[in-house]
Amino acid sequence: MKVMIPSQLRSYTHTSQVQCSGDTLDAVLQELDKRFPGLRFRIVDEQDRIRQHIHIFINKEMTQGLHQPVKDTDEIRIIGALSGG
Amino acid sequence: MSKHKTNGYDNNVALLVGTRKGGFLLRSSNNREKWKLEGPFLLGAIVHNMILDPRDGKTMLMAASTGHLGPTIFRSKDQGKTWQEASQPPAFPKAGPEGAGEAVQHTFSLWPGHVDEPHVFYAGTAPVGLFRSEDGGENWAGVAGFNENPMRRTWIGPPEYAPPGGGGLHSLQIDPRDPRHMYIGASMGGVFESLDQGQSWKPLNKGCEADFLPDPEADFGHDPHTLRVHPLYPDILYQQNHCGIYRMDREDGFWVRVGNNMPRSVGDIGFPIVLDPRDPQKVYVFPMDGTEIWPRTSPKGKPAVYASSNGGKTWEPLRKGLPPRHGYFTVKRHAMSADREAPLGIYFGTSGGQVWGSVDEGKRWRKLVDYLPEIYSVSPVVFAA
Repeated sequence: MKVMIPSQLRSYTHTSQVQCSGDTLDAVLQELDKRFPGLRFRIVDEQDRIRQHIHIFINKEMTQGLHQPVKDTDEIRIIGALSGG
Repeated sequence: MSKHKTNGYDNNVALLVGTRKGGFLLRSSNNREKWKLEGPFLLGAIVHNMILDPRDGKTMLMAASTGHLGPTIFRSKDQGKTWQEASQPPAFPKAGPEGAGEAVQHTFSLWPGHVDEPHVFYAGTAPVGLFRSEDGGENWAGVAGFNENPMRRTWIGPPEYAPPGGGGLHSLQIDPRDPRHMYIGASMGGVFESLDQGQSWKPLNKGCEADFLPDPEADFGHDPHTLRVHPLYPDILYQQNHCGIYRMDREDGFWVRVGNNMPRSVGDIGFPIVLDPRDPQKVYVFPMDGTEIWPRTSPKGKPAVYASSNGGKTWEPLRKGLPPRHGYFTVKRHAMSADREAPLGIYFGTSGGQVWGSVDEGKRWRKLVDYLPEIYSVSPVVFAA
């Protein structure tokens, strides 16, 4: 499946899209971390909570947690979500 | 291998400057006359603390997070030209299914270990936690004697007590005579002492006031802002506390509020406290307005370092060169420190992005650089040749 990488994480991936596989969002993020060490901890804390200012969409729906099932045809979009100015 | 070229700025005092938007390096020329800015490192990252290992003069650690991304630690061995992320940054253990579990919000302070443990570093976090690396900052593990101590939450209060944007375990001091003898200072917790390298801890707050607590003489729940042990006379301790400036002679075992000797119009509230590394009677603080709603600015808009040369019995303002009025900046707890030169150099970074320095023990101040982001830490270092 296609994983869209936000600018904040491109120092790890050096690309805006990555092809990944996995049955759950957690499995996809584990694979991403194997390929790009350290990436997962920047967006998921040690209690497996998605960090406060990171949103992850599966297709057009914002995910509720890491155990959400995913399919190869899904598109996962990681977003850095912070406001202010 | 090509030599790093800095045009006469090599091997002199340099300042590692951590800011809300990245790290910087401020190098001095001979005699600390001219200063040259390098960086930024990780522009946009929140750099809470940046240190150089004084034991090898090469290993730099930088505690960083961003508004979006979680906290991590970067390391450099080439004076900041390249940085590598730690493989295992500080993180609390994964909780069981019944517990919510804690997560490190940011690493707030970094400390080299004892000189006899050359690859050991410590990190203090928010929420209050103590972590140790035994491989030069590559992998970090919690110090179980503190993080898993059954009294820890009693000592430091519930997680919601953590101050926003800062706080946490901010100070770690190791007795130079004994790596097992350690002190820590924690926001809304107090000062704690360990005699067994962190396996067990006892509060060390007797004599310290906590005017915000129902019991102002409680054993814990105090709010030290910075704790320092003198490197040559390690039985002399100082702290800048939420409730004043204190000194302890360890054999006495209680804190004495030497800040009562500060001018009443200035008060003795502030965040940093700096010791002269050669003279335990010489102490420097940067008072701030801690009245009513705590503006946290220089009292009456007149910034000054206050110095004592007699262990806090008397204090004098050192403000020559600083703005005489309308100077409403703040100096955070890691953002003021001294080098080891003679005469002593003292430096502080402000919430307004200025670094000020004095190379004559505070007699005259110069603005070394302006227009940086809000400054979180200033660490004087000398790189190994």
